[in-house]
Amino acid sequence: MVNTKVSLSGIELDNPVIPASGTFGFGYEFAELYDINCLGTLSFKGTTLSPRFGNPTPRIAECEAGMINAVGLQNPGVAAVKSTELPKLAQCFHKPVMANVSGFSVDDYVQTCRELDSEAQIGWFEVNISCPNVHGGGMAFGTSPEAVAEITAAVKSVVTKPVYIKLSPNVTDIVPIARACEAAGADGLSLINTLLGMRIDLRTKKPVIASKMGGFSGPAIKPVALRMVYQVYEAVSIPIIGMGGVCSAEDVIEFMLAGASAVEVGAANLVDPLACKKIIEALPAAMEKYGITNLNDIIGGAH
Amino acid sequence: MQDVSMTLESNTPLARDIWKMTLRGDCSDIKRPGQFVNLKLDGFFLRRPISVCDVRGDEMTLIYKTVGGGTEQMSRLPAGTELSVLSGLGNGYDTEKSGPRPLLIGGGVGVPPLYMLCRVLRQQGKDVTVLLGFNSREDVFYEAEFAALGARVLTATADGTYGKRGFVTELLPGLDCTYFYACGPMPMFRAVESVITIDGQYSFEERMGCGFGACMGCSCQTKNGTKRICREGPVLERSEIIW
Repeated sequence: MVNTKVSLSGIELDNPVIPASGTFGFGYEFAELYDINCLGTLSFKGTTLSPRFGNPTPRIAECEAGMINAVGLQNPGVAAVKSTELPKLAQCFHKPVMANVSGFSVDDYVQTCRELDSEAQIGWFEVNISCPNVHGGGMAFGTSPEAVAEITAAVKSVVTKPVYIKLSPNVTDIVPIARACEAAGADGLSLINTLLGMRIDLRTKKPVIASKMGGFSGPAIKPVALRMVYQVYEAVSIPIIGMGGVCSAEDVIEFMLAGASAVEVGAANLVDPLACKKIIEALPAAMEKYGITNLNDIIGGAH
Repeated sequence: MQDVSMTLESNTPLARDIWKMTLRGDCSDIKRPGQFVNLKLDGFFLRRPISVCDVRGDEMTLIYKTVGGGTEQMSRLPAGTELSVLSGLGNGYDTEKSGPRPLLIGGGVGVPPLYMLCRVLRQQGKDVTVLLGFNSREDVFYEAEFAALGARVLTATADGTYGKRGFVTELLPGLDCTYFYACGPMPMFRAVESVITIDGQYSFEERMGCGFGACMGCSCQTKNGTKRICREGPVLERSEIIW
């Protein structure tokens, strides 16, 4: 009998598998296919203060072993998330959820998090300062230690729930950014968001995606993500949620060895809507295969 | 929606770059004409969304155009291949609105989903007229199949090498229909919209990530708010479309 339970800031998860924000909506589309209560938790669709349609289409391009998206934080806004989406999610998911929040100013983040903090369903905040698909916000906050410290401190001052900061890989050195989050009071870190990428259509000779560039995700980015989780684990003592191309139970173990306390599954959900369920079901056998009895014992084990 | 394992039974060319594939497996999630499936292909990360041409019992017919590496690989798949098929995607056409004399307007690879629609409408005893538009003679397919369902079929080609010369809209004058259903490229839709006087539904195409509503990759704005082409679409009412 193996132990798959892990914990994030004092809240226990039955397993470390978490669908990543933007690949799982508010859960209910997937609940048509399987009981999503098998998940460790889920990180819901990135929520902003006001409703957003997002970017023009096409927003999606395929790549070798991955994809590019430029959705641009389409979401109904925090008021509708509270009044409509969270009640629908509560019908099919009965564990604490991770509230993924984005914004265009410090005040946006503060107001959105404050609005959500009182929602009993929410266990943690995942503050996205790394969206590559919006201008004047998102990733702009995630690329300087000063800016991430300001956002982290501002959000921490208005919420009671643990705050995880989701970091961008599109930086020269992720370590000072991670350290700045920790110093400003972050309870944990999520990494990595997507890598800025693009594709060009040979027939039209123009970018495939309407907004030209987008976030590259999928198995192709896994080595980059693992490297960053490994680097950040050495630099901070707060928990890390690792992600980037996770498709299998073996990938989960690999991220935990790099230093992740839990693992998010992103693009894989879009190809196989049962991906998270399959990974969770495969995890005990994969642990046994590699002689692991308790997942907590392997966090950072590669160091 | 469900992920169904289906067996490829046949895969044959139908016209220039147009292929017809039949699959055997559980088709029970296809409830309405105009729905689509999303196929997993080895070596490609994203699935390929393909409209359903018809389902009969446990046999599904897909007609697709080879436009890139994925669909070209599809065309090379031999009989017996097992495919992971996300089935029952999209809203499909609403046949309740057709009135007694529905008009089906298809352009190019937009024609296939109209076949099941035509069959269902004919079963309901409707007097169906089908307008088919293609670029050239060698692109024409399924005329006889629609006729065999008892529909009146009129065809146009852009270069005039077969049927009436010009867009499918050249076939509209003189028709007395009650409601229309269209599937085809945007230029065809714009041409139809500029001259049509009856109400109807258009089925849209968009690049998709997941095909089942999770990624928001294919969203569009309508008069009834934001819709996902894969989930609240691909069929939109004429009255809600923002052109």
